[in-house]
Amino acid sequence: MTSRLTIAAWVAIGAILMTVGGASNAADVATAGAGAAKLQIQGSTTVGPIADAFAEVFGAKYPKVGITVSKTGSGDGAAALVDGRCDIATMSRFMKAKEFKKAVGKDIMPVAHVVAMDGVCVIVHPSNPVSALTREQVRKIYMGEITNWSQLGGADMAIVPISRDTSSGTYETFHKLVMSKKKMAANVEYVNANPQAQSRVAKTAGAVGYVGLGFIGGVKALKIDGVTPSRKTIASGVYPVSRPLFMFTKGYPKLGSIVHEFVTFHLKERGQEIVEAKGFVPVTEY
Amino acid sequence: MFDRPLLLAPREDVVGYVGRLLGRIALLAVTCASVVAVALIFIFIIREAVPFFTLPGASALVTSTHWYPEAEPADFGGLALVAGSLYVTAAALLVAAPIGVLMAVFLSDIIGFRLRQLVKPIIELLAAIPSVAYGFFAVEVLGPWMQTNLGLSTGNNALNASLILSVMAIPTIVSVSEDALSALGRDLREGSYALGATRAETIVKVLIPAGRSGIAAGVILGTMRAIGETMVVWMASGNASQIPSPWWDITQSIRTMTATIAGDMGETVQGSPHYHALFAVGLMLLAFTFVLNLASEHFLARAKPSARGGGR
Repeated sequence: MTSRLTIAAWVAIGAILMTVGGASNAADVATAGAGAAKLQIQGSTTVGPIADAFAEVFGAKYPKVGITVSKTGSGDGAAALVDGRCDIATMSRFMKAKEFKKAVGKDIMPVAHVVAMDGVCVIVHPSNPVSALTREQVRKIYMGEITNWSQLGGADMAIVPISRDTSSGTYETFHKLVMSKKKMAANVEYVNANPQAQSRVAKTAGAVGYVGLGFIGGVKALKIDGVTPSRKTIASGVYPVSRPLFMFTKGYPKLGSIVHEFVTFHLKERGQEIVEAKGFVPVTEY
Repeated sequence: MFDRPLLLAPREDVVGYVGRLLGRIALLAVTCASVVAVALIFIFIIREAVPFFTLPGASALVTSTHWYPEAEPADFGGLALVAGSLYVTAAALLVAAPIGVLMAVFLSDIIGFRLRQLVKPIIELLAAIPSVAYGFFAVEVLGPWMQTNLGLSTGNNALNASLILSVMAIPTIVSVSEDALSALGRDLREGSYALGATRAETIVKVLIPAGRSGIAAGVILGTMRAIGETMVVWMASGNASQIPSPWWDITQSIRTMTATIAGDMGETVQGSPHYHALFAVGLMLLAFTFVLNLASEHFLARAKPSARGGGR
């Protein structure tokens, strides 16, 4: 019964927040820009940890600026930027043409800033003899066409495919770059975070999963199409399942403004360290 | 002794009247707040679910098992989710109801008073453990154990979730059933003994039938606990949106309505079909628990007269 009450409470809070959120839109638009008292960042849960850590540094440097980071998904980030609900949209994919048109229709020119590279690694249990697969083989596993490791030269053991939840950025990348937008089979299991996928695969002999590069400890990351996922292959894009992570701003931010400093912070040493610490690959070579 | 005059001045009279009125209004407002909250939740969920039913293919929610909310075109087949919720709830009850009722009998009629004072709080402590802690146990201990000892390919399945849910439902079932049995009174028990019944006969043929309404209410409240539980099923059930085949194989992964809402809602774009579909699933869940709640109210209301000694 406790959980019912909790859900009820959250729903009530949600209702209140929605009303409040709607009311404060106009104010945000007015304050966006140089010397703003507020810096609102919204979007991808994948880029979220980077934005969070950046915001921590900026919060200490600019104690008077209220910085908020919300992780509601790349699509919502794009919508928020267009609606004026945020100053920076974090996105794990590029803006779709539809979103771009909507922005231009409102006289907003979205500008992309690549802040890091992310590689989605296909992982298996360390005891699994299979160490390399093609994208097509992985796709067939998740479509339910290959169901036993013996079909891939491994032991006679049922494959337990594990996916991220369908609204996560990691799923989106995998869905596009590996699945070619084909639907996954019904027996695919879902977990809602990288560490959970890592831990499930580490504990299940027949499992296969996919995670960001920062989460391959204790499991075996497979070569995909003959390329080993590593910082180098991901940063250069040689590894087939790699993608850039973006921050989008309305036009190119005014030089010297806090927005400008935020979206170029990944180029500074401290910013690079943060990107690495969060399990991503910096775009800069040093 | 009496500092107050017996007759109040007109001013004091008015102040007293207004004070009493304000007090009543304040108490009424506080009471209404929870009623209003319930009403608002209903309104909010219905309001967000209605746009879904206007979409083409909305009927898939109860006819199809294909849950691909982010695909293009998206499929919102909720049948596997409903089935998943029913699977884990039914399996959890199969375990929790007999054990819970037996524990209630043991506590009310067999165990000594001092030991009972010790054991009952411990059972109720089960209800105080956060569900995420149960979830961790399910994922880190029970799941891997099933894989190594039962030879299952995946330990995150309906069986795992059901076992954990049954442990979570037991305190509710025990607590309500035990209250019902304890309230039955000495006369019923002594009447039974006086007719020559043994203790076993008294329990099975007199006490349990007499307390059946309270026991039923306890089991239904336990069911609600199980069907509404989110965190544990999200962590333990594997979240594969399929109906097991063959149908009785509960060692396969399943996905419940609650887990779908919790898992998908975080990153869904507000106002998208997926978002409204989740509210539609929430509405179904609300309907389930609402019916169960009415049933438990019905049984609890019936339990009261019979608790005074056999429905006189």
